[in-house]
Amino acid sequence: MAYPASYRYTREHEWIKVEGDQGTVGITDYAQNSLGDIVFVDAPKVGATVEAGKVFGSVESVKAVSDLYSPVSGTVTAVNEELNAAPEKINSAAHDSWIIKVKLSKPAEVDALLNAADYEKFTSEETGH
Amino acid sequence: MRYLPKSPSDRATMLDAIGVASIDDLFTTIPAEYRLTGDMKIPRQMGEQEIVEFFRAAADRNANGYASFLGAGAYHHYRPVVIDAMVQRGEFLTSYTPYQAEITQGTLQAIFEFQTMICELTGMEIANASMYDGSTGAAESVMMAARVTGRSHIVVANTVHPEYREVLKTYAQHQGLPKRIVGYGADGRVDQKALEAAITDQTACVLIQSPNFFGVIEDVAAIAEMAHAKGALLIVSIAEALSLGIVRPPVEADIVSLEAQSFGVPVGYGGPYCGVLACKEKFVRQMPGRLTGATVDKQGRRGFVLTLSTREQHIRRERATSNICTNQALVALMTCIYLTIYGKAGMKELAEQNLAKAHYAAQALGATPGSKLLFAKSPRFHEFVLSTQEAPDAMNARLLEHKIIGGLPLAKWYPELRNASLWCATEQNSREQIDIAAAVVAGKQAATLAYA
Amino acid sequence: MATDTLNPAGVTSTETNTTPFVGERRKVASHINQNEGLIFEKSSPGKKAYRLSPLDVPAVDAKALLGDLAREDVGMLPEVSEIEIIRHFTRLSTWNYAIDLGMYPLGSCTMKYNPRVNELVARLPGIAEAHPYQPESLSQGAMRVMWLLQNCLKEITGMDAITLQPAAGAHGEFTGILLVRAYHESKGNPRKKILIPDSAHGTNPATAAICGYQVQNLKSNSEGMVDLAELEKLVDEETAALMLTNPSTIGVFESEIHKIADVLHAKGALLYMDGANMNALVGKTRPGDFGVDVMHLNLHKTFSTPHGGGGPGSGPVSCKKILEPFLPTPVIVEKADGTLTFNYDRPQSVGRVRMFYGNYGMFVRALAYILANGPDGLRQTTEDAVLNANYIRKNLEDLYELPYKTATLHEVVFSDRRQARNGVKTGDIAKRLIDYGFHPYTVSFPMIVPGALMIEPTESESKEELDLFIDAMRQIAREADENPAIILSAPNATRVSRMDEVGAARKPVLRWKPDAAVAPASTENSALEPATAAKEY
Repeated sequence: MAYPASYRYTREHEWIKVEGDQGTVGITDYAQNSLGDIVFVDAPKVGATVEAGKVFGSVESVKAVSDLYSPVSGTVTAVNEELNAAPEKINSAAHDSWIIKVKLSKPAEVDALLNAADYEKFTSEETGH
Repeated sequence: MRYLPKSPSDRATMLDAIGVASIDDLFTTIPAEYRLTGDMKIPRQMGEQEIVEFFRAAADRNANGYASFLGAGAYHHYRPVVIDAMVQRGEFLTSYTPYQAEITQGTLQAIFEFQTMICELTGMEIANASMYDGSTGAAESVMMAARVTGRSHIVVANTVHPEYREVLKTYAQHQGLPKRIVGYGADGRVDQKALEAAITDQTACVLIQSPNFFGVIEDVAAIAEMAHAKGALLIVSIAEALSLGIVRPPVEADIVSLEAQSFGVPVGYGGPYCGVLACKEKFVRQMPGRLTGATVDKQGRRGFVLTLSTREQHIRRERATSNICTNQALVALMTCIYLTIYGKAGMKELAEQNLAKAHYAAQALGATPGSKLLFAKSPRFHEFVLSTQEAPDAMNARLLEHKIIGGLPLAKWYPELRNASLWCATEQNSREQIDIAAAVVAGKQAATLAYA
Repeated sequence: MATDTLNPAGVTSTETNTTPFVGERRKVASHINQNEGLIFEKSSPGKKAYRLSPLDVPAVDAKALLGDLAREDVGMLPEVSEIEIIRHFTRLSTWNYAIDLGMYPLGSCTMKYNPRVNELVARLPGIAEAHPYQPESLSQGAMRVMWLLQNCLKEITGMDAITLQPAAGAHGEFTGILLVRAYHESKGNPRKKILIPDSAHGTNPATAAICGYQVQNLKSNSEGMVDLAELEKLVDEETAALMLTNPSTIGVFESEIHKIADVLHAKGALLYMDGANMNALVGKTRPGDFGVDVMHLNLHKTFSTPHGGGGPGSGPVSCKKILEPFLPTPVIVEKADGTLTFNYDRPQSVGRVRMFYGNYGMFVRALAYILANGPDGLRQTTEDAVLNANYIRKNLEDLYELPYKTATLHEVVFSDRRQARNGVKTGDIAKRLIDYGFHPYTVSFPMIVPGALMIEPTESESKEELDLFIDAMRQIAREADENPAIILSAPNATRVSRMDEVGAARKPVLRWKPDAAVAPASTENSALEPATAAKEY
């Protein structure tokens, strides 16, 4: 699976696409693959504040719950309602299925995130365990 | 020991296979100073006959052959024999929680039927597979409302069963859920003015009981409106599930916490009973307790599974919706069978009989000299509050001489209701019992019950 | 017909799609069982399974008494006859596995025999029909049962005081931690955190959180035991208690339990014991003697009350004298004249955790079990439970990886490491056990063992049944080497195969609705999607 070069990544397996002060956040293909069939996405409400490295929601498979960690700090501007009815979209296209959009309050935080190559290296190390 | 399926030679063979000389060699990880060397001080081993005799003797020291007018959260209704014939089948009685769906479809389908029947009765969209009982169910539903609304204040009617309220207090004390108690009016219903004043935009939920502890049916629709106007949820606790056969279901509520003991579960000195939560579907992920859902197997055949289990403690651990683990599966099965036996027509007919018996008893007792039926004009199901000239304890002592257990004195929980007692009449109370009770309360010469 | 499409398993034949076994199934053969729809699908207006006695008081007009509050229609409850009810529930029952049919090797669940005399005595009218508010003078028998059970459980656990009120194990934990909190509060500081080993049951951290405590995770050492050095580092003046399961969830007795207790007590913290594994200890050692301050019991595990497909349980909490003032109200006390009474005047009590006195029917059954055993029977029971677990361990350790080699008591935990090389995981082996006629063991728990197979046979299994179980496990190990595919598709011999749990969770269908075909035509995919639900199921 190719990790889009235009995205940045967290070690907790979230991706973020940054355009100006707007960030779009989802989970990586690696994450959806290790979780298995996703049955529910618990996302914050529009207007909620998120903080870099802190939990902002969770994704659930049948037998596991996995926390979502925000790559950046900011305010939630949109939530992907489509996932309520069809959480499986994350399984079929993780990098196209965003969960929240965030207005960044500290854009510099993005620099600390992994790029695609480093993330791919990170996941292969984790798998190699 | 007759429950242990081993001969001495089995044990010897097995020890040999394990490679130890004696059974004590398997316990060496327990430090010697903590190992018991003698017998525990408990009664000696008994044979089956002795056990039955022991419990018969105990049962004989309880009230036997008494007519009872007690209700207050534990209701005596006739239990059709089919119930015990079915729940004593070993495949139900001795089965584990149905996590392995392929070999527990029996339990799962029955729970699915139970959930459906509870939805139909309560007017809610979904119901869980049961809770411990009505008191803990009410407390759990309050915590659920706090999660749903993100608010912490709770408003509780003091006409909710006092022991339910005590349980709620225990649960709420470490959850940071400040509570306001609202009293009742002259009609025995929650004081709506006080209630409206108590609800704020911080209020997570309003908890009422209907029929309430005095047997009076609350105005659920009006209270729901008040709660919803401030964005709070309305929880309706129902202690007497049979009332749903004749009383309009609380469809305006957001959560219904039902105690289903009346549906074929023995009064049994207080338990086990069968709590169950029902609610609007949109709250399902905040609902505690197990849920059974319909699905299909690999070949597309209908089947049932425990579902949405990520809400529960074994996955979420400290962030679970509740620490609840067991439900009351076998008791839920009893209620499911009961509802199947009475069905659509029987539930109504039976509830009407209860209404008639209680109406007759209320009239008869309320007409005794010096007595007064409290909250007389309010709609009731099968319980009523009787105020008497005589102290209820003295009255009840006289009733006991006639093999009748009278109403429950209320002053313990409601000091203002000093000489009042709570009476309940069901299909199990004959006219003769009621007439004798009324005669005794009136101070007249009365017969003692024939069968006593 | 609409009802035909709703009828489950209508075309199944377990014989024709029987999957081969590498050897021979010795415990089971396939047999025919009945299909059965939902009870609602058999309903037809006018059928009845009841007849009430004639009303001996004047009939009333509900509308006149209740006005708008009167209910016209009680909803879609079934209308069926008595024989249909008997067949319905009997047929459903035959789809269940049960202790009465065979062994449940479920680790930490203690699925033992449920004696039938327990059921009989719990149904004696003087007990089953006793009202919780009937006068104490007419309840002395019922109260005496509670009193004797309390005394027995105090003796068995080595404790000073007890409450029977909690309705289940997790409810007992809740009560126990409330006692801990009340105790610390009485000393001026409720403290902040509860220590919980990473091997603990999920209820432990859930309980601590509900009681307002932070959960601090305590890592196990390389033997799966409490790491004393780590414990010493973590315990401080803000530690309220350690919640410990002993023997641990890998079946090992914490040999340094007294040191654990000492470390806690030195900082004023308490030792809570999860009594889930008490079946390994009864009659051999007592938690009260080895430093435990408070613990819960599961009457539906150790004391033989039936599991009933998921409840009811009962979770008494016993404790040391220092915690007695905080026990839930009411408590039973014996008066000078020898009669029993409920004492509600308990100013330091944590309050009530349940209405009335608890799951009383379970008290009766547990006491009947204790009386049937006596001290010698209970000890022999524990010894047999430990003997059985060690026999299984000995006979499977050459084929299944044993991650912790420490001597175990009543249960043994293997891992699927060897089988996983062929793509066979613990969950698959568990499902394959079903084809051999056994209920699966506990899968993927405790979390400290990746791919865990947690096996607890209890004392109720004969050597013959154990040998059949061992034989099945050994054949499955061989299948994992020779033909893993037949394990991965298991179970194959059941009336239904693996369920679509993902579908169930994504689009929950939590209640039955009538078939769309018989519903008004306008109900186009309304709430809860009854139309699609009815078609699919």
